[in-house]
Amino acid sequence: MKSRFVRMAALLLALLFAAGAAVAAEPIKIGALFSVTGPPSFLGEPERNTAQMVVDDINKAGGIKGRPIELVVYDTTGDPTKAVQLATKLIKDDNVVAIIGPSTTGETMAVKPVTEKEQIPLISCAAGIKIADPVNPCTFKTAQNDTLAVERIYEHLQKHKITKVAILTVSDGFGASGREQLKNQAAKFGITLTVDDTFGPKDTDMTAQLTKIRGSEAQAIICWGTNPGPAVVAKNARQLGIKLPMFMSHGVSSKKFIELAGDAAEGIILPTGRVIVADLLPPSDPQKKALMTYVMNYKQRYGVEGDHFGGHAWDAVMLLKKALDQGADTPATIREEIE
Amino acid sequence: MRRELIKFALFAAVVLVIPATIKGGYLLNVLVFVGINTMLAVGLNLLLGFAGQISLGQAAFYGLGAYLSGILTATYGWNPWTAMAVAAIAVGILAFVIGFPILKLKGHYLAMATLGFGIIIYIVFNEYVDVTGGPSGFSGVPGLSLGDLHFDSDLKSYYLIWTMALLVMLLAVNLTQSRIGRALRAIHDSEVAARVLGVNARLLKVQVFTCSAIISGLAGSLYAHTVTFISPSTFGFHFSVELLTMVIIGGLGSIYGSCLGAALLTLLPEFLRTFQDYDIVVYGLLLIIMTMFLPGGLVQGFELLWMGMRRLRPGRAGRNA
Amino acid sequence: MDFSQQLSQYLLSGLATGAIYALIGLGFAIIYNSTGIINFAQGEFVMLGGMFGVYFYTVHQFPLVAALLLAVLCAAASGVAFERLAIRPMRRAPPLGLVIITIGGSILVRGIAMLVWGKDTHALPGFSGDEPIILSGATLLPQHLWIFALTVLLIIANKLFFQYTITGKALRACAVNQRAAGLVGIDVRRMVMFSFLLASGMGALAGIIVAPLTMTSYDVGIMLGLKGFCAAIIGGMSNGIGTVLGGLLLGVLEALGAGLISSGYKDAVTFIILLLILFLRPQGLFSRGESERV
Repeated sequence: MKSRFVRMAALLLALLFAAGAAVAAEPIKIGALFSVTGPPSFLGEPERNTAQMVVDDINKAGGIKGRPIELVVYDTTGDPTKAVQLATKLIKDDNVVAIIGPSTTGETMAVKPVTEKEQIPLISCAAGIKIADPVNPCTFKTAQNDTLAVERIYEHLQKHKITKVAILTVSDGFGASGREQLKNQAAKFGITLTVDDTFGPKDTDMTAQLTKIRGSEAQAIICWGTNPGPAVVAKNARQLGIKLPMFMSHGVSSKKFIELAGDAAEGIILPTGRVIVADLLPPSDPQKKALMTYVMNYKQRYGVEGDHFGGHAWDAVMLLKKALDQGADTPATIREEIE
Repeated sequence: MRRELIKFALFAAVVLVIPATIKGGYLLNVLVFVGINTMLAVGLNLLLGFAGQISLGQAAFYGLGAYLSGILTATYGWNPWTAMAVAAIAVGILAFVIGFPILKLKGHYLAMATLGFGIIIYIVFNEYVDVTGGPSGFSGVPGLSLGDLHFDSDLKSYYLIWTMALLVMLLAVNLTQSRIGRALRAIHDSEVAARVLGVNARLLKVQVFTCSAIISGLAGSLYAHTVTFISPSTFGFHFSVELLTMVIIGGLGSIYGSCLGAALLTLLPEFLRTFQDYDIVVYGLLLIIMTMFLPGGLVQGFELLWMGMRRLRPGRAGRNA
Repeated sequence: MDFSQQLSQYLLSGLATGAIYALIGLGFAIIYNSTGIINFAQGEFVMLGGMFGVYFYTVHQFPLVAALLLAVLCAAASGVAFERLAIRPMRRAPPLGLVIITIGGSILVRGIAMLVWGKDTHALPGFSGDEPIILSGATLLPQHLWIFALTVLLIIANKLFFQYTITGKALRACAVNQRAAGLVGIDVRRMVMFSFLLASGMGALAGIIVAPLTMTSYDVGIMLGLKGFCAAIIGGMSNGIGTVLGGLLLGVLEALGAGLISSGYKDAVTFIILLLILFLRPQGLFSRGESERV
C-alpha cells in the first residue's frame, strides 16, 4: 500500500514537471500490441489498421483537448513471450498511459501480470472469459463475449427444439475458449453434446471428424473456429452430404469465409457483431451510422472490407478516448474513468 | 584448462556488470530472455556441436520443464525449487529412456525422429486441457524467492537467470575439456573410429542427450517462474528451429558462440522491428547470408577479424608467430 | 450409418489426403537423391504453386489451364533461382549448413509471399465442380480424383524419366556418387539445378491441385512440407512408389486416428507410429537396407 502511494506521488510529481515543460501539444502516448504477423494475423492486422485509422481521425479532429494521441504499435507475432517483452517495452521505454490489445487470449493472460504489477490499464481485444475473470481493476476487454455468442446459438437451438448437438472446435485459444463455454452452458439450455471433437488450426481435411458426427445422433453441428478451418468443415460437410443445420462462431463472421467456403457456406447460421451486416441494418438502428462510417473509411483506406475483429480495436480506442475526454491522462485516472 | 577458466571468469564478470551499464527498462527484460536462451543453446550445442547429433525436439524438453514446474507449483502447491528439481529429473529420465532408440538413428532420420517427438509433446500440451490449460495457456505460476528475496523485478530475474546460465556454461566448458569431451569429439568426427578406440559411443551419446535435456528442462522451469504464464505456442517446432539457428550462427562447438547466437537471435527482432512487416524477410536473408559467408559461426568470424587485425600490424604478429 | 460405411469413409478420406502428402514427399525425395540435401524449403514451393495459381486465375482471370502452367513455371523458376543463389555457392558446406540455408530460404520465401500477396487465405474452385461422388457409401470430391490421377501420372513419368532418359540416368548417377558422376562427364552442377527445377515444379503442381481442397495462404507450406517430409521418410526417401505408399499410409493413419481414436491427438498418433517405424526400420518401410559408409 505504501509503495503504491509512493509511486502515485512520484507519478504526480513527474506529471507536474511534464506539464510545466510542455504546455499543450504534448502527445498522449497509447501502446498497442497486436499480432500483425504470425498465426493470429487475421485478428491483429485489421485491429492494427483500425486502431491507427481511429487515432488518425481523432488527431485530425484536434486530438484530445488539443493534445494529439500517439499510438505505439508492436507486433507480437502471436507469441506470448514476445507479448510480455513488448508490454514491458511499452511501459518502461515508451511510457505509455494505457495499452490496447493483445489480440489473443493466451497473449493477454501472459501480459496481464505485467500490466497489473505496473498498474497500467490493459484493454484486451481477445474474447476469452478468463481475461476478465476474476475481475481486475486494470484489465478490460471489448471483444464480444464467447458466452454471449454461445447463448445466442443455444437460444436458437432451444427455440427449434434441438437437444442433441455435435461440437467441433479448433484446437487453439479461440476454439478452446468456445469449447469451454459450449460445454458449460449446454445443460442450462437442456442440450446434450453427443460428439465433442476438435481440429487443428492448419488441418486440411475434416471428413473423419464429420463422418463420426454423421454416425452419431446429433441434430445440429456447432463449429467453433477462425478461417480457414471452418470453411474446410463447411466444404467437407457438403461433400459428405450432411444435411444437419450447421452453426459457426463469430470467428468466421467476415466476408472472407463466404468467399472461401463458396456454395458450402449457404444455410450456415452464426452470431456476429453488427459490423458485417451494417448495410443491412434498418436506418433506425442507432448504431448504423457509426458502423457505416467505420466500414466506409476502412475500405477507403485499406482497400479491403473491415470486419468485426477490427471493430474490437475500434471499441478499445473509443473506450480509451472517452476516458481521455474526461480529462484522464495518467494510468490511474484512465483506469478509474473506464471503470 | 587454466586458460579456459580465466576466459570464463572474464566473461562472467562482463555478464554481471552489464545491468549497471544500461539504464534498465526494456533492454534488461530482453536480456533475461537472452539468459534463458543461452542455457538452451548451450545445451543443444553439447549435443550438436560436440557429439554431432542433431535434435529438432529441444523445445519439447524446454516445454516439459516449464509445464511440470508450473503444474506442480500452481496446481499442487509445491515449493518452486522442489518443483524445478523434480521437473529436471523427470525430463532427464524421459530423455534417457527415449535416447536409446532415438540416437540409434543418424542424419535426417534423427532429425525427423526428434522433430516427431517434439510435435507429440506439443500436441499433449495443447490437448490435455484439464491439466495444461490447453491452447489458451496456464497462468498463475508463482515466482521464485529465496527467503525474503523475491525475484520479481527484471534486475533480480537477470541475476538469477544469468547465474544459472553461467553455471551451465561452466559445466559445459568443464565437460568439453575433460576426457568425455574428447570422446564426444571423436564420435563427432567418426563414430566408428571412436568405437574402435573403445569409446562406448552409444551410452555416451545418450548421456549427452540426457544432459542437454536436463539443461533445457531447467531453462523451462526458469521461464515458467519468471513469466508466470505458459502456453503451448512458446514450445512449438519453430522454437526448436530457432534454437538450432542460434547454435549454428554462434558457432558449432563453441560455448561462447552459443551465448552470442542466443543474444543475437533474441535481440535481432528488436532491431528488425524498424523494418516492420519486412522483418521476416530480413530474418530469412540474414540466416542465408550468415551461413554462406560465416559457416563457422560468429565466433569464427571474430577470430578471423582478430587475426586479420593482427596481420595488419606485422611487428606484433611476427612476435607471436 | 453403420460402422463399415464409416470405416470406408475414413479410408477413402485418408487415401485422398495421403495422395497430397505423397505428391509433396516426392519433391523431397528427388532433391535428396540427387544432392543429399533435405530441402526444408520444399513446402514453400507447394505454397508458391497454390498462390501463383490463385494470382493468375482469380486476379488476372486466366483460363485454368494457362494459370496452372504459368504457376508451375513461376514456382519452378523460383526453385532454380533459389538453387543458383543459395545452394550452389554452398556446395562444399557441411550438411548442417545446408539445412540452415534451406530453413532460411523457406522463411525468406514465406516472407516475400506474405508481403506480395498479404496474409489472407484464398481458395480455388474445384477443377470439375464440387458435386460429391459416392463410392460404396463413402464420398469423394472430383478434385480428389484429380489428385490421384496426378500422383499416378507423376510416378509413371518419374519411373520413365529416371530409367530411360539420359538426364534421368545422369541424375541417378549423381545420387550414387557425385564425384564419380563428374568423372564420367556428367555436369553435376547442372544436374543439381535440374533436380531443384523438377522438385519445385512438382511441388507447385501439388500446391495448385490441392488448393481447391485445402485452400492456400502464405503459411500453408510449413505443415504441408512437414507431412510431405514424413511421407518421404516412411517411404525411405525413394523417388517413386515408396514415397507414395508412405504418403498414403500417413494419410490413412491420420484419418483413422481422427475418426477412431481422437481428433485432437491424431497427429500425435501419426508421429508415434512414425517413431516406431524409424526405431524398427530406420531405412524406411519400403526400401532395402543400405550398408553404412565409414
